[in-house]
Amino acid sequence: MTTTSMAGRVGGGLQRQGLAGMPLAALAVAVSFGSLLPLAFIALVAVQTGWTVSAALIFRPRVAELLANTAWLVLLTVPLTGVFGVALAWLTERTDLPGRRLWRWLAVAPLAVPAFVHSYAWISVAPGLSGLPAGVLIATLAYFPFMYLPVVAALRRLDPALEEAAASLGHGPLRTFMRVVLPQLRLALCGGALLVGLHLLGEYGLFAMVRFDTFTTAIIDQFRSTFNGPAANMLAAVLVACCLALLVGEYRLRGWARYARIGAGAARAPNPVSLGHLTVPALLLPVIIAALSLGVPLLTLGGWLGAGGVAAWLSPQLGSAVLQTAVLSLSGAALTTLAALPIAWLAVRRPGALLRLLEGSNYIVGALPGVVIGLALVTITIRVAHPIYQTVWTVLLAYAVMFLPRAILGLRASLAQAPVSLEEVAHSLGRSPGRTLWSVTLRLAAPGAAAGMALVALGIANELTATQMLAPNGTQTLATAFWSLSGELDYAAAAPYALLMIIVSLPLVWLLHAQSNRLAGR
Amino acid sequence: MSFLELSGLNKRFGATAALGGIDLTVEQGSRVAIVGPSGSGKTTLLRIVAGFDVPDEGRVVLDGKVVADGPRAMPAHARGIGVVTQDGALFPHLTVGDNIGFGLRLPAPDRGRRIAELLDMVELDRTMANRRPDQLSGGQQQRVALARALAIRPRLMLLDEPFSALDTALRASLRDEVSKLLGAAGIATILITHDQAEALTFADKVAVMRNGLLQQVGTPRHVYFQPRDRMVAEFMGDCLILPAVATDGAASCALGLVPLAGSGEAGACSIMLRPEQILLRPAQGSAAVRESETPVRLLRIDFAGRTSTATVALETGGATLTLPGVGSRGLSEGGLAMLTIVGTAHSLPG
Repeated sequence: MTTTSMAGRVGGGLQRQGLAGMPLAALAVAVSFGSLLPLAFIALVAVQTGWTVSAALIFRPRVAELLANTAWLVLLTVPLTGVFGVALAWLTERTDLPGRRLWRWLAVAPLAVPAFVHSYAWISVAPGLSGLPAGVLIATLAYFPFMYLPVVAALRRLDPALEEAAASLGHGPLRTFMRVVLPQLRLALCGGALLVGLHLLGEYGLFAMVRFDTFTTAIIDQFRSTFNGPAANMLAAVLVACCLALLVGEYRLRGWARYARIGAGAARAPNPVSLGHLTVPALLLPVIIAALSLGVPLLTLGGWLGAGGVAAWLSPQLGSAVLQTAVLSLSGAALTTLAALPIAWLAVRRPGALLRLLEGSNYIVGALPGVVIGLALVTITIRVAHPIYQTVWTVLLAYAVMFLPRAILGLRASLAQAPVSLEEVAHSLGRSPGRTLWSVTLRLAAPGAAAGMALVALGIANELTATQMLAPNGTQTLATAFWSLSGELDYAAAAPYALLMIIVSLPLVWLLHAQSNRLAGR
Repeated sequence: MSFLELSGLNKRFGATAALGGIDLTVEQGSRVAIVGPSGSGKTTLLRIVAGFDVPDEGRVVLDGKVVADGPRAMPAHARGIGVVTQDGALFPHLTVGDNIGFGLRLPAPDRGRRIAELLDMVELDRTMANRRPDQLSGGQQQRVALARALAIRPRLMLLDEPFSALDTALRASLRDEVSKLLGAAGIATILITHDQAEALTFADKVAVMRNGLLQQVGTPRHVYFQPRDRMVAEFMGDCLILPAVATDGAASCALGLVPLAGSGEAGACSIMLRPEQILLRPAQGSAAVRESETPVRLLRIDFAGRTSTATVALETGGATLTLPGVGSRGLSEGGLAMLTIVGTAHSLPG
């Protein structure tokens, strides 16, 4: 903040418009450069490996098979999460569905259950579950809140006057939804789809448990057998290409449109749609989704907890795992949000080719599986920055790189909420750009920033692979302890860790829920 | 039978009554203004007519067809009623052309032609069709909103303070334009406004609303010169209200005996005069006082351009009066002036 606030004071004389953002731009470039290091590392290894070896490692049936798996996974799961997210959001926001408050909570709550705990629950219930259907089923249940949240926020921001205008122009509810509501949810849907897609590409635990091979699981298998050999790195290169494809796809779909609210005044709260005799069928959707996304994990967990009894809780490792997880996720989230701020601000206020590039590079890096970033940071710290090798700093750095997109997404959406005109008013009242950012923009964006931070902390608390690879010796978080215990098929001993991960995540779910309410001014 | 008939409309929001029994008729092709302070329930009334809200009780009959009978109502999209709101409510994801064409169900070439016609009608350049709503000025946005509503050839047009976000000059010119346009198209129109001048200029019929009730309904002249009560009198414009005692055809007040319109009951009442009925003439020295004139001492003049507010004391002693809307030419504070009443006063109850 201090650097940016300087800009206003230094520029006492005439200043070129747009220069006000320069320090922020510099920071954004620095952050992006830092986050690009793992990518540079992969490129470096590829160069060192040489073309013939690289080509041999890339163009082989195994890669084609993984590519098909990943494509199917994304093409099936993303639309499913979109459908569930929009349907639930519409039901809980725009209708008189009984128990809307409860369903709002339950639509966010699956985020408290780590993806690999969803898997653990499902293979406990149905041990035969495996492959693509299992992957799609579990991933949809684990990730649909990523769609639900932005769609809810967008629905609440929508001015009901627009829907009324459509009605006065002869459009029935369905046509109004398709022609007015859905197009305006496009940004939210694109953002959500990107988030879900990147999770699908990067997730390891969920798919490893149901024996569904994606690039990420394959990379980790390679890494286990050959450490940081070229095979793992080449697979990672293909994975990077996949992320790039996803990013370009989202960019194309999103387009350049800025859906700023035109006109003044606060939007009136819309009249809820009366479901009438459709109430019971409509209730089935949230009931079934809650049963599958929360009922299954909690019931199986309850079963294992019962089986493990008190003994499972007496392990001395448990308390220290809780503490370590808390410290790592909170400090990681703070660091990540701070790093995301310059990029998010510039993306909203000064969109341009350079920033699109920076943002895009961050998304690619954020989409890399933890193991690739872990691998890169291991090598980099050994070669260049030995003093921080195997320290907590390396882990936090990895978190920041991995979760930057989440933080940017939250910040960007909420910064876009703060109208430019308020910034301009603040300028006219003598506030420098830096102080305006701090006292106006960030104040308005704070709820969104908090939500982004919560998402990051949530991600860190459940992060598995990078933590395993980079944390100082003896570090045992809830996730890593859970993973090693369930890997030994000691499901009963693992259950307390899973429960604690869920409990640790609950305040974050509360925060997300409260934030989406504040957004609506309720 | 009237084109639109509202009868016994009631609407509550929780503990507050937004509408407390509204009866109103709108004739085919006529223009009605509903004017009232904010919170008077006028927007609620409009939303019920549009079909965005339903009344708790009461009926809305449009062109002989019941469109709302208590909470059972025809949905807005089936009513064919055009609506233009204060901020236009343009779809931000569509171009100007697509906004205007939103309600059209025509094949491509006809659609484009109709959109161009509508742009002409609201006097926007045809090249604007490709612009985004956020690239337009406030006045242009309102024109687009109007064109969009006109596109469906509405049976009834509802205007919810469509000019209030615009600056004064633009407001007046756009209002006149819209008035002409709707008049030429023969579309019955209801204008909601809190600006009495706007209501008086725009409408054939003015309905004054307060606290969810229509206080008075009548022609602009009627509502202006013969308000039902003090509230309507003051809301419809500047006025001078004096306590008086009515006798047959005249009222005796601080300004002497003033002729009274109509044949009100004799006894204590209040009389109302509009500013244009009060003339102030600077007195030349000790010029003879004509019989119809009352000499007054000018205590203070609050200059406001074309018209000013003068505070005067009667030379005969007693009352101090604040006269709104007087021309200040030739008058100076401390000087003497002659006050003349033109026309008849209107008596108010109480």
